[in-house]
Amino acid sequence: MSERPGVVAAGTAQGPTASAGTDALPGGTADTLVSRDRSWLPLLRQLAGIILAGLVLAAWLLSAELTATEQITLNPASLLVYTGEHLALTLLAAAIVLVVAVPLGILLTRRPFRRVAGPVLAVVNLGQSAPAIGLVVLLAAWLGFGFRTAVVALVVYALLPVLRNTMVGIGQVDPRLVEAGRGMGMSAAAVLLRVELPLAVPIMLAGIRTALVLLVGTAALSTFINGGGLGILITTGVNLNLSRVLIAGAVIVALLALLVDWVGRVVELLARPKGLA
Amino acid sequence: MSDNIPATASTDPASVITGASILLDQVSKRYPGQAKAAVDGLTMEIPAGKIVMLVGPSGCGKTTTLKMINRLIEPTEGRIVLDGDDVTGINGDDLRRRIGYVIQAGGLFPHMTVATNIAIVPKMLGWSKDRVAARVDELLELVSLDPAQYRDRFPRELSGGQQQRVGVARALAADPPVLLMDEPFGAVDPITRVRLQDELISIQKELQKTIVCVTHDFDEAVKLGDWIAIFTEGAQLVQYDTPERILAEPANEFVENFIGAGAGLKQLTLTRVNEVELQSAVTASPGDLSSDVLSRLDQQGHDHAVIIDGRNRPLQWLSRRQLARLERIGSTRDPRLPVVGERATLNDALDIMLVSSVGAALVTGGRDSFRGVVDVETIMVAMSQAHARARTSHAEGKPVGINTGALTALDGPHDGTAPLRSADRGAGGE
Repeated sequence: MSERPGVVAAGTAQGPTASAGTDALPGGTADTLVSRDRSWLPLLRQLAGIILAGLVLAAWLLSAELTATEQITLNPASLLVYTGEHLALTLLAAAIVLVVAVPLGILLTRRPFRRVAGPVLAVVNLGQSAPAIGLVVLLAAWLGFGFRTAVVALVVYALLPVLRNTMVGIGQVDPRLVEAGRGMGMSAAAVLLRVELPLAVPIMLAGIRTALVLLVGTAALSTFINGGGLGILITTGVNLNLSRVLIAGAVIVALLALLVDWVGRVVELLARPKGLA
Repeated sequence: MSDNIPATASTDPASVITGASILLDQVSKRYPGQAKAAVDGLTMEIPAGKIVMLVGPSGCGKTTTLKMINRLIEPTEGRIVLDGDDVTGINGDDLRRRIGYVIQAGGLFPHMTVATNIAIVPKMLGWSKDRVAARVDELLELVSLDPAQYRDRFPRELSGGQQQRVGVARALAADPPVLLMDEPFGAVDPITRVRLQDELISIQKELQKTIVCVTHDFDEAVKLGDWIAIFTEGAQLVQYDTPERILAEPANEFVENFIGAGAGLKQLTLTRVNEVELQSAVTASPGDLSSDVLSRLDQQGHDHAVIIDGRNRPLQWLSRRQLARLERIGSTRDPRLPVVGERATLNDALDIMLVSSVGAALVTGGRDSFRGVVDVETIMVAMSQAHARARTSHAEGKPVGINTGALTALDGPHDGTAPLRSADRGAGGE
């Protein structure tokens, strides 16, 4: 249940990378401006949809006759606490993923390390292909229960998209541009910083957004190992057969994932280097 | 293009030539795990201020040779000497900042504006902002792009030809003495390619850089090159000579095949109309009586009269029959007049002749003034003379190019022993 928003968002994550090629019409600045305006429109729609869904949920919760247990779990203060925990899990894990995966991805595209890229990717793949719930529980058996273990599990789970997109992003840079840079006398580091990374940014950011969305969904599982977060609503709802709590928890996680996806898209739009189609 | 006067023979080369000579001294490149060397013991001298074209079939090592000059590919053996200095051991990045590099389609960075692209090397060299900005504008003018219009554009907002021009401007940014070009015009359409080639020739006339250019297009090599080096596998230098002599006197069957059909026709691109002897013509002005003109044609034994206006520009080209039908000569301009500029190649002139009804063309000089008539016979005579000259000439100042242990590879029948000639700035190094 809690994985659904993650999967949905991961599916839509392909959106900007796929559509990036379609508006590659040669044109002046006017065209560029128009296409920029146009790309804001779906973002506004997405935000409006999220807000609307949030309002519907709130209205539904306010109008429904809640039992005492439901009122305790669904009161605004505790909802805020759960959401805060959930975001803390997500953001901390995301930060660690960035710090680990981006430099590792860069390193694996450098010539001396290219040979080990395959094996490293295979290991990282394991993290993602293992069922998330299994990963969480196994790590808990090894590292103990709690917030920290939950973060470790999330990091392992979200490493792959960032690492792979960093490598793909750098790998898709036209090798002739790298050669042109070196041929002009730019050092290898200068070519990396001024040519390869800027051109890899759109794909890297798409990977980071995918990872974030995955994290929001997967963080719901950390409640099983006492890691906190919105997952508690879902487990409570299932265990006590309180379908309203269950639905509220699932919808909040989904909306949070969509919101994080939205923020990611905004960042992608702003950070995309000018001049790229 | 067609003169093969060595740099030393011009009046004061040091003041014009900004290029530097290059010497590849027994340079080899071997890749681990490959039995044959990609480049095998190549010694090649590239004279200062000249365009040297490296041609050969794909995989022959011409690009490897080019990239070893700026050490994008490090030679396994041998020395690279630039302007008399051994640069084999110096920092590669520093070396490359002193050498312009142009690749196919320009290789512009898509996320940087035209100005930023051009400014890369000057900025690395620590130029001031004002100096960089002034240089960017100067270079855009040089490659015929309006700075105000193009400076702030991104590469994807330019056509292929414009991108290539910016690529050339970027390579020239820090005024390097040497320009390396790797199939620079391979990615543009034929019409744009011709224009870019013509522009490169005129830029080179102005700047006199040393240009080393890789191409697989022999016609391009003939058009651009002062010297052409023809390679076969393993960067074995088969022939290194002027375009004229390679066309007239191919070293062996390989070169013959590489030149392809129509070597004679290709030679037509090497001679310009103002280098051949033009025929005189009977001229007349609008308003003249056609009977007078006809009698003058009889006197001189001509069949056509050229009508010129007050500023000596040709208006019409009338045959006896056309004249006989007129009383007085009109002043309208015939739009289908076969006119060719005196800077055009014989090839262009021939093209125009073939579509004209007269089988000849009118030659015009500065301000379109009439100079004379060129016909097919004139071209044939010029061709056979050029051919004979190329056969017997010794290509004075011919640069050295050999592979170790393959001294016969270059052995043209008329070459004497070409000594390693140090170019003007005393490169040589031997």
